[in-house]
Amino acid sequence: MATSTPSTARRPGRNRSVEATRSRTAIWLLLPTIIVLALVAGYPLLRTIYLSFTEYNINTDPAPKGIGFDNYAFRLDDGTLSGLLTDPQWWQAVWTTVKFTVSSVVLETLLGLGMALVINSKFRARGLLRTAILVPWAVPTVVSAQMWNWMYQDNFGIISQWGRSLGLLEAGQSFVANPNTALGALVAVDVWKTAPFMALLILAGLQSIPSDMYEAADVDGASKVRQFFRLTLPLLTPALLVALIFRTLDALRVFDMPYIVKGNAPETMTMSIYARQQMIDNAQFGYGSAVSVLIFLIIMIFTVIYVTSLRVRFD
Amino acid sequence: MRKNPVLNQIVQALFWVLVLIILFYVLFPFYWALKTSFTNPAELSKTALDWFPSSPTWENYRAVFQGQPFGRNLFNSLGVAAGTVIISLLLSVLSAYALGKFRFRFKSALMYIILGVSVFPQIAVLGGMYTTVRALGLYNTWGGLILSYMIFTLPFTVWVLTSFVREIPNELEEAAVVDGASPLQTLFRVMLPVMTPALVTTGLLGFIGAWNEFLFALTFTTTDVARTVPVAIGSFSGASQYENPFGQIMAASVIVTIPLIVLVLIFQRNIVSGLTAGAVKG
Amino acid sequence: MKKATILAGLTFALVSGVAHAQGVTLTFACDSVGSGYDQCKKGADAWAKKTGNTVRVLQVPKETGDRLALYQQQLGAKSKDVDVYMIDVVWPGLIGQNLADLSKSIPKAELDQHFPAIVKNNTINGKLVGVPWFTDAGVLYYRTDLLQKYGYKSAPKTWAELQTMAQKIQEGERKSNPRFVGFVFQGKNYEGLTCDALEWVNSFGGGEIVDSSGKVTINNPKTVAALKQIQSFVGTISPQAVTTYAEEDARNVFQGGNAAFMRNWPYAYAAGQAEGSPIKGKIGVAALPAGPGGKPAATLGGWQLAANAYSAHPKEAADLIRYLTGKEEQKRRAIDASYNPTIASLYKDQDVLKAVPFFGSLYDVFTNAVARPATVTKSKYNQVSNAFATGVYNVLTKKSTPEAAASSIQSQITRIKGRGF
Repeated sequence: MATSTPSTARRPGRNRSVEATRSRTAIWLLLPTIIVLALVAGYPLLRTIYLSFTEYNINTDPAPKGIGFDNYAFRLDDGTLSGLLTDPQWWQAVWTTVKFTVSSVVLETLLGLGMALVINSKFRARGLLRTAILVPWAVPTVVSAQMWNWMYQDNFGIISQWGRSLGLLEAGQSFVANPNTALGALVAVDVWKTAPFMALLILAGLQSIPSDMYEAADVDGASKVRQFFRLTLPLLTPALLVALIFRTLDALRVFDMPYIVKGNAPETMTMSIYARQQMIDNAQFGYGSAVSVLIFLIIMIFTVIYVTSLRVRFD
Repeated sequence: MRKNPVLNQIVQALFWVLVLIILFYVLFPFYWALKTSFTNPAELSKTALDWFPSSPTWENYRAVFQGQPFGRNLFNSLGVAAGTVIISLLLSVLSAYALGKFRFRFKSALMYIILGVSVFPQIAVLGGMYTTVRALGLYNTWGGLILSYMIFTLPFTVWVLTSFVREIPNELEEAAVVDGASPLQTLFRVMLPVMTPALVTTGLLGFIGAWNEFLFALTFTTTDVARTVPVAIGSFSGASQYENPFGQIMAASVIVTIPLIVLVLIFQRNIVSGLTAGAVKG
Repeated sequence: MKKATILAGLTFALVSGVAHAQGVTLTFACDSVGSGYDQCKKGADAWAKKTGNTVRVLQVPKETGDRLALYQQQLGAKSKDVDVYMIDVVWPGLIGQNLADLSKSIPKAELDQHFPAIVKNNTINGKLVGVPWFTDAGVLYYRTDLLQKYGYKSAPKTWAELQTMAQKIQEGERKSNPRFVGFVFQGKNYEGLTCDALEWVNSFGGGEIVDSSGKVTINNPKTVAALKQIQSFVGTISPQAVTTYAEEDARNVFQGGNAAFMRNWPYAYAAGQAEGSPIKGKIGVAALPAGPGGKPAATLGGWQLAANAYSAHPKEAADLIRYLTGKEEQKRRAIDASYNPTIASLYKDQDVLKAVPFFGSLYDVFTNAVARPATVTKSKYNQVSNAFATGVYNVLTKKSTPEAAASSIQSQITRIKGRGF
């Protein structure tokens, strides 16, 4: 943090007044960005936090009414606790999001690792494969949701057809309509879209491993499997970790894909979908803001872990 | 392994099977969308499961532009994404120069804040943003979307450009300063030309981000005046109640995806390096 | 000479063009279920032609919940993009704040023709926020030919009877048609399920979810009995996929000749009797069955026309509403598309009764329909309905037992109520 001491060593011939001018210039250069970020991030966040302590139906209430912590927790007349912290729907949304995040991140890491290893070996169609895996990444999330929605469609979807021929589905049923399999079906969509991205990140890591290390291992007579676990994996860990945390943060915030396929259905309702339902569909800005604040806290805790575990540095 | 040619060939064959499986896995869904988009809507219920369209037709593509305001949605998306990229590049060039080449108090703190904003869950600011957009009279306009998109494009472009500016040799800047150029002159005459490749990459990624955004677009627009393509595709209803609109949905999907795929293929190396930089550095 | 004629012609075209452009363009968010869009357009076009204005009829989301969300968003943002809305009978309390007061625009004599209960429902704090357009009540559709074939004389009176009859018909018909099912209804998790489930619960004597004093009453043995009965339908006389059906999905199955019974709104009658329908002339309509010791219940539905309070053309908007809700247009819609009029005298109109006979025989069902608890739950109705539908949905998909569901719905709604609705 302490970067204020001018390093005269690096810039000989500069005196303090020049540095002062430059630092004033820097402020001017940064001002537009700071103003915009304050307007789109700072103020809305503070406003959301403020609204979370109010009762405010945006359609019927003229102004927010302060109610303290009641949105989070309060006692009903009969003594039972109520409020967001005891709301089973909220906790179900948290649990759904966690299940979604863990399963899709694990699957796409494994799949991405597999793809990266294949692409990393030398063969003729390598360039083609490397280009092809960019396609799912380039497809907009909304489009991928609708593409899979069509493949999952109960009567005419190809996946439902496969499901029926494998005896997994009855006629007129589909993996997304059935509440027991819906979340898994959504994980499959997410994995398809993001595994290639993982593969690219992992590939970059693989290619930074010097090839003479493998040659040395070959000479030692280590098997390929042994080389993978003893050599490749440890050297890959930093790249893998970055990719993993990056994706985890993304998955925890997920909104669009499950919303397009399943709307507000309870079995696939993620934290973000629940917050938007309360705020926009039910017009409960107070309660919805309280949900938003909790999501913000959860994500920020993950981010702090991310920053400290990777020791991200800026200078 | 090397001693046994038969085994070697089996391994080879298995490897190619694996390559084919991966190719099928990543390309099939898009192929299927493409196929459906060319299927005659009247025959969709009969031929939905065929692997090739029996009598390919442009019917769905026509219907997308005639029965639906899809042209307008495309125009909105282009305008919003272009506006977002231009404004965020302009702002971030200024800040990247300051953050990359200047020394001042609270620089680290500022970097932390910008990093923090880049992982902001959009949902956390949705309520506050909604009231802000409404208060500024920007509801259901391009301006409302462009403003709100700054929350994810700006931190990203600032980050990537800052790390790029830091790599530019100091001599370049110092020579200009010695010649008596003002900071803005130095930035636009000396630094900017050097930054072009980074501007293209970050601009492109910012464009893709704005082009694909769904949550804000869904919440801050209500009619086709400002509704962008993702919302239109997400809530597509056929022109008539009885037809299955999936042919049209797939046609619309293909229309918005093809340009992205082309862009990504052209710039694939820059994008991969841009993304890795973004991921590693925040 | 020639030039002068052309010039005159041009001037005339210009002037008439201007005269034509003096009419305003209204935007109308109407219907999309069944032939709803076409019927809206027909009526609106007739008004447009009469008055020289233009009406743009929007494509709206199919499900009422999605529609409500969109309209709340528009009205909440004080957007003037839509001038006239078609609103559900349960919405006045939710969005009435942002709707125009129509009591000055509709002559009292015309307003008094409508069912007073609906007018009262649409009056929020003395403000008339919607004019009744058509009313709705859940009814039971059955196949007259199949009932006869299997030796039944009349429609079932109780849910248990319906189960036996549907089972027998289904077994018989499956021999020639493997896709045949006994009974279809709206089992998807949305507002439609709230309507269906309220009928089940109420016809067993289980109350109305929340009573008129605001007390949550859903957790009672009669609710549990009703949910048990319906749960036993899914996978036997109703397909598993019924938990994904909305109105149109159910109607498609029934109209395709693949179901013996269906619960739906009156609009399905005109569609089923239309030219080319495989079941034309084989459709019977009756009151829904009752539970043991209960009496039949039909959920009150229906739609009103409302004007956006921020509309740029309030006068024209009110005039369009007055025209569409008028006697003449309601009669046309009743005959063309079996929409229930909200004007009592039309139920005695011979032309209407000829086109839709059950409007006469089921008159009591329509006038005694059970209202969803929208008035008492006010701005929280949508959440209450969500909680109820989700709980019932979990029973239908066998994710929870009827007992557990009744108690969880009770506690959910109590939670939503908080310190009061």
